[in-house]
Amino acid sequence: MPKQTLPQVPIKKGEPAYKLWIFEPGWKGELPLILNPRQLAEQKRPALLPGHRLCAGCAAPIIVKLASFAFRGPTIVVNATGCLEVATTIFPYTSWAVPWIHNAFENAASTGSGVEAAIKALKKTGRLPYEHVDVVIFGGDGGTFDIGFQALSGAAERGHDFLYILYDNEAYMNTGIQRSGGTPPFAWTTTSPVGKVIPGKQQAKKPIADIMVAHRIPYVATATPAHWLDLMKKVRKGIEVEGPAFIHALSPCDRGWRHGTELAIEIARRAVDTCYFPLWEWTPETGYMLTDRSLAIARNPSLKQPIEKFVEVQGRFKHLLKPENRELLKKFQEYVDLVWEDLLKRAANAPK
Amino acid sequence: MTEVVKTPKIPPEKQILMTINGDEAVAYAAKQSLVDVVAAYPITPQTIIVEKFSEFVANGEVHTEFVPVESEHSAMSACVGAAAAGARAFTATAANGLALMWEILYIAASLRLPIVLAVANRALSAPINIHNDHGDAYGMRDSGWIQIFVENVQEAYDTTIQAFKIAEDERVLLPVAVNLDGFFLSHTLENIRMLPDEEVHKFLGGYRKTYPKVKVDYFDEEVPLILNPARPLSFGPLDLYDYYYEHKMHQIEAMKRVPEVVREVNEKWYELTGRKYGDGILVPYGVEDADVVVTVLGSTGGTVRHIVKKLRSRGYKVGTIRIRLFRPFPHKELAELLKGVKVVGVMDRGISFGSYGPSFLDISTALYDLKERPLLVNYVYGLGGRDAQPEMIEKMFMELLEIAKTGEVKEKLRFLGVRE
Repeated sequence: MPKQTLPQVPIKKGEPAYKLWIFEPGWKGELPLILNPRQLAEQKRPALLPGHRLCAGCAAPIIVKLASFAFRGPTIVVNATGCLEVATTIFPYTSWAVPWIHNAFENAASTGSGVEAAIKALKKTGRLPYEHVDVVIFGGDGGTFDIGFQALSGAAERGHDFLYILYDNEAYMNTGIQRSGGTPPFAWTTTSPVGKVIPGKQQAKKPIADIMVAHRIPYVATATPAHWLDLMKKVRKGIEVEGPAFIHALSPCDRGWRHGTELAIEIARRAVDTCYFPLWEWTPETGYMLTDRSLAIARNPSLKQPIEKFVEVQGRFKHLLKPENRELLKKFQEYVDLVWEDLLKRAANAPK
Repeated sequence: MTEVVKTPKIPPEKQILMTINGDEAVAYAAKQSLVDVVAAYPITPQTIIVEKFSEFVANGEVHTEFVPVESEHSAMSACVGAAAAGARAFTATAANGLALMWEILYIAASLRLPIVLAVANRALSAPINIHNDHGDAYGMRDSGWIQIFVENVQEAYDTTIQAFKIAEDERVLLPVAVNLDGFFLSHTLENIRMLPDEEVHKFLGGYRKTYPKVKVDYFDEEVPLILNPARPLSFGPLDLYDYYYEHKMHQIEAMKRVPEVVREVNEKWYELTGRKYGDGILVPYGVEDADVVVTVLGSTGGTVRHIVKKLRSRGYKVGTIRIRLFRPFPHKELAELLKGVKVVGVMDRGISFGSYGPSFLDISTALYDLKERPLLVNYVYGLGGRDAQPEMIEKMFMELLEIAKTGEVKEKLRFLGVRE
């Protein structure tokens, strides 16, 4: 096999479309953040290569590829146990074009802490052949809201320099759609079934990004793969800040949300349009700032869609559309409004 | 027992005499071993190690990144990340902390990461107890770690440095747990001799920098087995029935190569310092002509040897073997030493409930193939830190001598020092 090299920017004609990311020792500089779609298509190659076994229509690999377009140089990826991990690395194959480590389910943040500490120690003693090596962690909602929360909170408090990207498909999809702290109210899952007495999950979604804001780390943001420029910009910021950064990315799951395989991006868009999943970023200096479509909605509230728009395309919510459950749908709308109104109060760039 | 050579490379007078406890000795050893990352969480009786190391960091005496994690689970997780990224990683814990690490112990061993872990052995809850027994170490028996038990503070220092040498040897590449008895060693002051820093650096070959090379089919050349942006590899992939078993075989094979490396390191240390611990694996005393031999792990080894000396001076043919290397277990070596012995008493500071003490199970296995098998008695003792009194051990020997005479074992599992 011919020796692989980092794709040149711009990529020369005749170069393979997908290749490993090789940063030879001594590599200097920064990969450009390209936001022009045509240039992006011509010049960038993702760090997640084809051949992985994530489901057709899954949003997770889209999030990962978009994020990798915003990597600035040598990067080590840490992955919590979950769909992304099992489906991208079945031995002896791997889809990862960058160094990658999976340790366990609940410890992606502490594994990342160790990688980051190692990078610092190697640098201090002149054994790191680069100016910087970035650490990017991917975890699902189970590995972030629930079992991995302690490790994440601890790592954030200690101030390690990493970007943690939560791809939130709102349930334990890898084990077969069980409820998590990230599952929204009234959603059907296999452990919050829609029964004769109890109509789906009875609890709210944990406000994980707000909890990360409460850690007062340098950067927190929300994102979706539908708002891809917004996502890429946020990833780059998260990598560039010194210290921990956290991005909460909504990741529609056709198996678990019960929707068509062609709808992931559409549903992510509707999640923002209905204000179910507002887009914002937070820094200690600026506070909450709405971004992209959510900023547009704040400026022009008539753009805000009713929650039905989000619910109607997903089987996990189909019971909410039954006439006898009109009250539940109303409650869901009230819940969404409450979260949105609260955010508007806090967002520095929302019209007052 | 420490054997002394006449002319070590660093004569005793050139070594640094210090009066320190076991935990401090381990911390100094880790400092001299040029550890890159220490990720640790406080737990009695290990905490002094972390405190001492924090002082080294705060005073700028080390280059080490100290990661004060929020749990032992994260301590081992961070060590896995650090070691995979090419760092020399160290942590320390005890009892419940070790139990919390359990999941990641297996991952550290399976990923073949040369992490060193000091365990200040302590009884597991419940009821909660901070004092010494070996229940915690026995709990990690099957995790794929090399386990070494030390007898005194000097050995705790020596072994911590040796542990890095053993773990990073290309024939091994497995994590090593150095077990020192909680309080009996961790908090007990002893005069020990330490090497000058540069001698330890030389012994270990400086920073961790040589990594094993592996062949993967997407690179022409062999590539270092670390997280390396120049030659990206994936660590910890999903591995099902078509490969998992073969990967476990790699671990089994690596374990087989451990004893020779432990012996070599023990010898090299002997040449350098004048100190060695048996052959590095077993420390026998008075076994050659013995009718009765008692096996033991950890600090009780000294007390048992004291009684052996006393009884021998009275003409009794008794001996003892301290088991220094518990995993991999030296089945063959023990069988060789115990051939011809009439009765073996196996002391275990822990028990597998519903069975026997864990070292007893291994020793039974070791002796099964002998043509003339010694009689075996398992003595469980010292749970939750109960003292192993010399009188108690002497009584045990007298019992075993009686069995040697009558050839009759009335109770195979005995409990020493417990109230009726």
